[in-house]
Amino acid sequence: MQNLPGKPRRLNLLWLQSGGCGGCTLSLIGAESPDLLTALDIAGIDLAWHPSLSEATGFELHELLARLISGEEPLDILCLEGSVIRGPRGTGRFHMLSGSERPMKDLIADLAPLANHVVAVGTCAAFGGITAAGDNPSDACGLVYDGREPGGLLGPRFRARSGLPVINVSGCPVHPGWVVETFLQLAGGTLTEADLDGIGRPRFYADHLVHHGCTRNEFYEFKASARNLSEMGCMMEHLGCMGTQVHADCNIRLWNGEGSCTRGGYPCISCTEPGFEELDHPFTLTPKRAGIPVGLPTDMPKAWFVALASLSKAATPERLRKNAVADHIVVPPVGRQGKHQK
Amino acid sequence: MTRRVVGPFNRVEGDLEIKLDIDGGAVRAAFINSPLFRGFEQILVGKSPSDALVYTPRICGICSVSQSMAAASALAAMQGVAIPDNGALVQNLVMAAENTADHLTHFYLFFMPDFARAVYRAEPWFGAAEARFKAVSGTAAREVLPARAEFLHLMGILAGRWPHTLGLQPGGTTRAVGGSEQVRLLATVASLRRFLETSLFADTLEQVTALDSEAALDAWMDAAPSERGDLRHFLVVSKVMGLDKLGRGTGRYLSYGAYGMNGGHAFRRGIVEAGRPRAFRSAEIAEDHASSWLARPAAPAHPSHGLTLPEPDAPGGYTWCKAPRLAGSVVEVGALARQIVDGHPLIVDLVARGGGNARTRIIARMLEIARIVPLMEAWVRTIRPREPFCAHAAMPPDGECEGLVEAARGALGHWMEVRDGRIANYQIVAPTTWNFSPRDENGVPGVCEQALVDAPVREGEIEPVAVQHIVRSFDPCMVCTVH
Ligand code: SF4
Ligand code: SF4
Repeated sequence: MQNLPGKPRRLNLLWLQSGGCGGCTLSLIGAESPDLLTALDIAGIDLAWHPSLSEATGFELHELLARLISGEEPLDILCLEGSVIRGPRGTGRFHMLSGSERPMKDLIADLAPLANHVVAVGTCAAFGGITAAGDNPSDACGLVYDGREPGGLLGPRFRARSGLPVINVSGCPVHPGWVVETFLQLAGGTLTEADLDGIGRPRFYADHLVHHGCTRNEFYEFKASARNLSEMGCMMEHLGCMGTQVHADCNIRLWNGEGSCTRGGYPCISCTEPGFEELDHPFTLTPKRAGIPVGLPTDMPKAWFVALASLSKAATPERLRKNAVADHIVVPPVGRQGKHQK
Repeated sequence: MTRRVVGPFNRVEGDLEIKLDIDGGAVRAAFINSPLFRGFEQILVGKSPSDALVYTPRICGICSVSQSMAAASALAAMQGVAIPDNGALVQNLVMAAENTADHLTHFYLFFMPDFARAVYRAEPWFGAAEARFKAVSGTAAREVLPARAEFLHLMGILAGRWPHTLGLQPGGTTRAVGGSEQVRLLATVASLRRFLETSLFADTLEQVTALDSEAALDAWMDAAPSERGDLRHFLVVSKVMGLDKLGRGTGRYLSYGAYGMNGGHAFRRGIVEAGRPRAFRSAEIAEDHASSWLARPAAPAHPSHGLTLPEPDAPGGYTWCKAPRLAGSVVEVGALARQIVDGHPLIVDLVARGGGNARTRIIARMLEIARIVPLMEAWVRTIRPREPFCAHAAMPPDGECEGLVEAARGALGHWMEVRDGRIANYQIVAPTTWNFSPRDENGVPGVCEQALVDAPVREGEIEPVAVQHIVRSFDPCMVCTVH
């Protein structure tokens, strides 16, 4: 299969998993148009090893790792799925590489500086993610973030051999398209630091908000809100939806053919953001102060939001008021002739 | 006697390492280690009970809606909420989609590639198996990935996305299905049926389901050349290679019952012991920590008052996995257990003749696919679009509950205790915890540890291929195991 322009050589990719759930891999193998294996072919990427897909096992992997560490074999792309496990007490013993006496965190630290590109796949690898929730029993962190703080395993100044920082393809799990497009851009040599946002996420998905393209936008405009999960109204006011603040193109790109969290009837819980694992409120409840949701859109003055909201609430059409609290359309839009078009 | 450490054991979910004692060309003892600990049970303490629906699916990316369903069932029990029929139908559809996708992923991506290993190069069947099933480059992977992805559109329609959906709730599901979604669901399931009837079975699902004995299965196998359908290909190769002699289980099977409906289950709940069925009682479950790197309670305890606190230096510990036992006994869970507890004649006959083994486990999974897809078609047709999908109820501030479901890999249980509106204790017993448990306080090994004994080791093999077949025949999920 042909490489993208400007890339004469096939690249190798090593995929490691640590403190995660494997969900990013399971999401990734659902890539469509094209499927994952075709996408890798087109990108000119060979799997040096992937835990779910490769035949090689046990000693074959240990030999491969030795060759990569000695430099005998170059490492083009290193992907980590799952967070880095530092516990207990900094030993990394909560996750040892099978068939060895080595903590995974040491292996990752050895390999990362040797790789031309380092990709953190999913929110765990990027920021620590769900594994770091609660009291963070395993002392989990990301490759260059520890929650919202720069640092992580590799330190804030880490650069891969290409000069790029760790690419944080966050998401719990990641959308397969986010990973595939990152691979294609890396293979084509077109991904630059300017294409990453302030916390290392590819801007092609992180420059959007989940709110963009949400089918509930009209309800949002009129503050016609769902009271219970499964109702059709906007979920910002009562059900914890953070779509107006969360960076991701979930409602533009869509999941599994045509889904998204909000289309599935539940709120965006900010899974692409650092710290999403530990909110100070239950996920499906909106925290409020004096009846006003605390987490308003970040780039809008609060007073204006409140003023506009009360205005639009007063103007909410009957259709939206009723549909917002129903699970299917009970009042259809009125046609130009002033009749319901049934 | 030589001791060998095998790992990482890939093409399973998560991390797995096995210590083998080998002597005289065979495995004499196996010690299974799940080398990753994250601590979900601690993470959950202090959270709002409904947040379990966010955290527990993330225990595992391969069976995330099963985890979510176990949490939702536990919460439903606590709330005493009655799920509307539509909600139960969609919950079943989402669970069935995950389980079916898991069985397919396991067969094509995890299990069959071992037949394309170089150790088999001299076998007459090798060329065909390699062309079809070789990891990454075989023709099968390239067919099954798109088919699987298209089938998972069902998740997009019914649950927003997969994995890690929040759509399964105690009172039903969050996405109402309209008439147009209903017909698209039918089309999506029909498309999978076509893939199965063309590639996997080369026969109708109904014909496969109707196979009712080992003799009938053998006749079906012999009725066409081995390349006619991937299941037949497996049956032929596994017979030649004697997979029915590998990985003998303990002969005791547990199923919590799959796909709840009208107070019952589409696949029955119960236990089969020495070929005889008996009723399941949750109170008979106890978790033993004798070989785990975990704090040791005074005695094995029921999970409703269980404890999961890491203790990396616990004496005698060799894994983060606990040893659950049922009335003190080691039991096997999974598709084989589900089908024998449900009394499917093919599986009952196979187990009566040759026991539960590597081959029977695969057959049970494939049979299950053939049985589930027609059920899904019927469930989709039963949905009544304008009626409710979700009921809502208040959460009492205090209480205890359990949620028992069947994930693809078998019996999954969640136990929750709530005090003052917060989770006070949460314990999880996952399917692979049953199958891959270590030795208990009586020194009795877990199911897979027992199944590995006597596995042949070929001359010069470092990672014995027989061990690979046996371990993968259980479709282990290590991230669930230790959570
Ligand atoms: S539900 Fe969320 S994403 Fe959709 S319109 Fe409301 S706030 Fe925006
Ligand atoms: S909608 Fe929000 S919670 Fe859902 S996948 Fe997108 S970013 Fe994550």
